[in-house]
Amino acid sequence: MVALPPSTAAPVVQLTRVSKTFGDVKAVNDISLEIFRGEFFSMLGPSGCGKTTTLRLLAGFEQPDEDGGEVRLMGEMVNRKRPYERKVAMVFQNYALFPHLSVERNVAFGLEQRKLAKPEIGDRVRNALQMVRLKPEVFARRMPGQLSGGQRQRVALARALVLEPAILLLDEPLGAIDLKLRKEMQLELKALNKQLGTTFVYVTHDQEEALTMSDRIAVMDNARVAQLGTPAEIYENPRTAFVAKFIGESNFLEGRARQSNGGWELAWEYGGRARLPAHPGLQEGKQIRIAVRPEWMDVWPSGEVPAGENALSGTIEDVIYLGETMHVLVRVPHAGTVTVAVRNEGQLIKPLPWKRGDQAAVGWLPEDCQILEES
Amino acid sequence: MAGRLPRWLIAVAVAVYAFLHLPLLVLVAFSFNDSKFSASWVGFTLDWYYRLLERPDIMRGLKASLIVGGISTVVSAVLGTLVALALARHRFRGRTALEGFLYVPIVTPEIVVGISLLILFALAKMPLGLTTIIIAHVAFSLSFVVIVVLARLEGMDQNLEEAALILGADEITTFWKVTVPQLWPGILAGALLAFTMSFDDFVITSFVSGSGSSTLPIVVYGMVRRNIEPSINAISTIILLVTTALIYLADRLARER
Amino acid sequence: MPSPRQRLLGWLHTRPQARAWLLLGPGTIWLLVFFLVPLLIMLVYSMMPRGIYGGVDPGFTLEHYRRFFDPLYLDILQRTFVWSVACTVICLVLGYPVAYVIARAGPWKNFLLFLVVLPFWTSFLVRTFAMIFLLRDTGLINGWLQQIGVDPISMLYTPFAVMVGLVYGFLPFMILPIYASLEKLDLSLLEAAEVLGAKPAERFRRVTLPLSMPGVVAGCLLVFIPALGSFLTSDLLGGAKQMMIGNLVQNQFSAARNWPFGSAASFIVMALVLAAVMLYLKVKDRELEELR
Repeated sequence: MVALPPSTAAPVVQLTRVSKTFGDVKAVNDISLEIFRGEFFSMLGPSGCGKTTTLRLLAGFEQPDEDGGEVRLMGEMVNRKRPYERKVAMVFQNYALFPHLSVERNVAFGLEQRKLAKPEIGDRVRNALQMVRLKPEVFARRMPGQLSGGQRQRVALARALVLEPAILLLDEPLGAIDLKLRKEMQLELKALNKQLGTTFVYVTHDQEEALTMSDRIAVMDNARVAQLGTPAEIYENPRTAFVAKFIGESNFLEGRARQSNGGWELAWEYGGRARLPAHPGLQEGKQIRIAVRPEWMDVWPSGEVPAGENALSGTIEDVIYLGETMHVLVRVPHAGTVTVAVRNEGQLIKPLPWKRGDQAAVGWLPEDCQILEES
Repeated sequence: MAGRLPRWLIAVAVAVYAFLHLPLLVLVAFSFNDSKFSASWVGFTLDWYYRLLERPDIMRGLKASLIVGGISTVVSAVLGTLVALALARHRFRGRTALEGFLYVPIVTPEIVVGISLLILFALAKMPLGLTTIIIAHVAFSLSFVVIVVLARLEGMDQNLEEAALILGADEITTFWKVTVPQLWPGILAGALLAFTMSFDDFVITSFVSGSGSSTLPIVVYGMVRRNIEPSINAISTIILLVTTALIYLADRLARER
Repeated sequence: MPSPRQRLLGWLHTRPQARAWLLLGPGTIWLLVFFLVPLLIMLVYSMMPRGIYGGVDPGFTLEHYRRFFDPLYLDILQRTFVWSVACTVICLVLGYPVAYVIARAGPWKNFLLFLVVLPFWTSFLVRTFAMIFLLRDTGLINGWLQQIGVDPISMLYTPFAVMVGLVYGFLPFMILPIYASLEKLDLSLLEAAEVLGAKPAERFRRVTLPLSMPGVVAGCLLVFIPALGSFLTSDLLGGAKQMMIGNLVQNQFSAARNWPFGSAASFIVMALVLAAVMLYLKVKDRELEELR
């Protein structure tokens, strides 16, 4: 998928060199990014990477450090603004529905704060519930304690969307929901984003979720943004070892860059070579690391790797059944174990010819690799 | 595993339970005894209870206990809840010192609290009466209210308050519309506890009450000192029933949700 | 133009300390004025000479504290201490088995616990009266004894009565903490011990008992501390002869009219109690250290 060019209109969210420290730990370290109108923007990373803190900075539950940058919403500097002074809505990880209020009172809460007229509130609440596919007749009077996890999730969403916010913040909202329902809701959220035109800022640690739903993803690690781009850019061109490891799976190979025949090669210590695509960061003799995704590789009988592809020889260590794919683990001397993903065409009718101990070779096209920056 | 408990162990436990409860059950039973001399059961009567109604000292004592209990409970509940809120939701300097300070009233012997307050009131030339009793009762029950409400606050979902804030409610609105409804069972439990302690208190009250302001326990003490008769059993039974009911309620409230 | 409410909230938001102390203020002031200050005044009083009417005269003296070396008062201190220790031991012996049974009671736990907690919260005066009712010369127990032809025993106004009263009053304080630590006991440890061949008595001695120690220590202190300061039990059940330090204090503020001396006695009680609390905290700290 081609990367959507960012809208030329002004960004709705702007973080400029934002830092947030708790005690002596920097939870957010000098982060700058922009989010555009209508985008589905995800912040993805492991626990403790700073994604939730960043979201809370947008919401106003935390303030940036004294000289810790600027947070701008719709062009306005909001560093010192309280959450109720900002025009954002939020869906919490554990839904945070008010237990003592019914579903309709929960959804109406924000509207009541704005002092809207009762009939109007009633209408908007009904519409919001319908939008998240909860029948108002059935659910309006129920109490949160009587709802299932998925239903509570929808009410939390309705409560936020009923305010017609320009920006919706979502803090790992699907974490507590089971797999099947989660996939359904991912598609629903994406549809709502496109239908309403509301900017969604989504926090998750589930990379599949981020890849499925987002227009752009900020992969975060250790209080910083490791890479920012579209799902395709992140997956296919990971810039650092962290991103390559966190998103999908990668095989890592290390060696020195050498020039040869007008092109570049990765030279292993033991003497083997692999051709590299052109890359501005390559220098003669430089120690580099490349990532090759298992699905970009193939397994061949020894010596039968097609011409033009890079080749590694080794022994089959294991064959793992994953349903849709098979993972073939090949032990390559001097380079460790390489994982190759092969499509499963039915082990019962067309089994793979590989067994433990077999000699085999692994091949990949030179351009199917990612040259990684130093973290 | 130790599935079955040895017989002797169960016997000891039963004996201890009997020790804890039989005296009170006996006390209650004999409040219905149709005899002034408590040694043996003669017959059933509600006489002693009716006689309580005719006794002006008991009626006055009850009235005083209710007034003192009511007022001191409200003051304790409000002050204690505010302190608990500060402890649960805010970081501040001197926190550990304050937490320690709050626990001292709980361990201080009642006799010490009683006479130190007596000295204070004497020094300030403040006449002893219902007011001084109320002051004392608030002083000793405050810490208990804090503990109960704090426990409830710490179990509360903090996201609820954040959700209210981002939905447009400022801090004060959030407090009234979200925090208080959630906290209410805890506050009530703390209040019931404070009332029970106030209603039952003898030692501290005896020092800070003047001659004209006896609460019920003081009246009962006087009766015990003067002459043992079944009226005491009757009033004791009533006190027991009231206290048990309140404690049961407080316990249920504290467990809620 | 921000409303006064908005201005107030804005101001408070930038001053977290102010926010906290605004909430803490009333309660803290109340405790300071009506709890701490009286204690301090009492301390000062204890070091001033006695005035004509039992109050204080200006001056400084330690004579009230020196009086405690008088055998009469040492006797009272000793009695208080010994009785508190005895009460603690008896409560431990009676309370541990009960805590153990409750911990093993399965679905009955909550009910049994409630039965223990109940007397604990009811009026101490009423409970003490129940004891009087049973123990007095013309009371229930003597009544039964007479019915079966035994001579009545004089139980009231003896050390026995006071001890029974103290144990009766403080037993729940022992049971609850021990129960709490037994409840946390990992049963698989006992199973492991059984598998290794340990008999029930050994299992108790080497697994259960050591692991329940924190509860035992807590229970002992929770009984010892209030026992030191107890007043009502020895007053109603002991009479004039069985004086504990609490009674001495009360005496000085009524009949004997010697406020500074009473303050000194009161302060001694307070000091003993605080010492016991410090001990408890030290033990708890050491436990936490060992856990690390």
